[in-house]
Amino acid sequence: MTDSFQTIVVGSGPAGIAAAACAAEAGHRVGIVDDNPNPGGQIWRSLRGQSAPDTSHGGGAAQWYSRLVATSATRLQGWSVFDQPEPGILRAERQGETAHLHYDNLIIATGARERFLPFPGWTLPNVMGVGAIQAMVKGGLPVAGKRIVLAGSGPLLLAVAATLAAARAIIICICEQASLRQLAPFALGLAADPAKIMQGLRYKVATLDVPFHTSTWPVEADGDGVLRSVTISHHGEKQQIPCDYLACGFHLVPNTELAAMLGCRVEAGTVSVDELQRTSISNIFCAGEPTGIGGLELSLIEGQIAGLASAGQDKEARRLFDKKRKASRFADRLAAAFALRPELRKLPQETTIVCRCEDVPYGALKQHHSWRAAKLHTRCGMGPCQGRICGTATHFLLGWNAESVRPPLLPVRIASLASLEAPLNSAISNTQETP
Amino acid sequence: MPEQMRPEQIQITINQQPMTVAAGSTVAVAIALASLPCRTSITGEPRGPLCAMGICFECRATVNGIAHSRTCQLLCEPAMDIRTQ
Repeated sequence: MTDSFQTIVVGSGPAGIAAAACAAEAGHRVGIVDDNPNPGGQIWRSLRGQSAPDTSHGGGAAQWYSRLVATSATRLQGWSVFDQPEPGILRAERQGETAHLHYDNLIIATGARERFLPFPGWTLPNVMGVGAIQAMVKGGLPVAGKRIVLAGSGPLLLAVAATLAAARAIIICICEQASLRQLAPFALGLAADPAKIMQGLRYKVATLDVPFHTSTWPVEADGDGVLRSVTISHHGEKQQIPCDYLACGFHLVPNTELAAMLGCRVEAGTVSVDELQRTSISNIFCAGEPTGIGGLELSLIEGQIAGLASAGQDKEARRLFDKKRKASRFADRLAAAFALRPELRKLPQETTIVCRCEDVPYGALKQHHSWRAAKLHTRCGMGPCQGRICGTATHFLLGWNAESVRPPLLPVRIASLASLEAPLNSAISNTQETP
Repeated sequence: MPEQMRPEQIQITINQQPMTVAAGSTVAVAIALASLPCRTSITGEPRGPLCAMGICFECRATVNGIAHSRTCQLLCEPAMDIRTQ
């Protein structure tokens, strides 16, 4: 399959949907590509059996999705972009098919992933991310009557608690590693009340009747092939809690791999952009979480700016700058509130697996001085996830920086790597004819 | 649940055992409902989904003959052949 677009958007979360809608409304031929089966990204992920985004978190999901659907934008769901064989062409794969997508302008809206930190037992089945359990529930996992501990850090803990409560799970407690003092700017009067904190975080949820512990984090998960209990450190005291699921994620990290692979400047883990969301490569824009974790509101604004700028509507894009400045200030406060405490670096023990693809324990890793040395000696980061999980963890644990991203972005079939299209074929034969 | 609200059910097989799931369920959810790990790690540990958003590859399994499919990103389809790794 070969297709040509004036603007391709990679990622169909809020930033991507806003970007694609704005570029298409401005008259561009737009393609929006995403590896999830349905649009919405993580925060607007659709509920089982529905193809439209979940509108329960507000933020204009329904309005934005209808705006996108009203345009002629081509929506490519379930496609994973894996490389760029030459500038202006992306290749993507979906269960046995390969597509060549030509673009004049590209908007990267690849969102964020959860930060996972290793602790003993974190590889047991039913220990998963906070966003992960929400995605599983939306994907059809019944959790009614299941005992769930939510742990880690960030506003997602509270948002997901709301989803799980609606699915009639038994939420035993929410464990936030940040201290109440850290959260104070959001806590509206120093009450450790989830609903109040949610309000402070601008989430729209019903009151949650769930214990919310600050300065609390998991130190060990136990089980016999599947999770049975979690031990938490609660204001310095250890407490073992039997549970069916432990949902644990330590806030979010930007997905910068595509931008890095394309050669866009990435600094301190975020994609560098100018005020019009343009990266260091002039026809490539970036919007939403990859430019820095900023949440829904900022993602939508950045998406609109990128979509408008991509379609040459700079004047319209500039009208959003004031709103963007305000949303950015909120994002800065958010980052400060959920900064990770240094004690979390002591969670992994010698035998705790850090690289889950290659089963590399912490003891084997920490004797090395860099990510590169550890990779060469232990195969850490060389499995299918290509260091997306352990690279993020070792950045926090050991201060290592994962090196440049090389194609393919994810493991793909040999047939996809070898796939060619007509223009590429003729380019190759031309080279062969000219000695 | 009233009849009209009951989701459509579809037939799949997991490790050649027939199973019924609600249409629209992800393959990762179907494997969880079968109480199976998705894969066995290189040192023999059972593993299930970690990120459930296509990043970690812990949920990979063989789906309709395609090995290493990320089951969290795939919806169940009628007669789908799912094999844990």
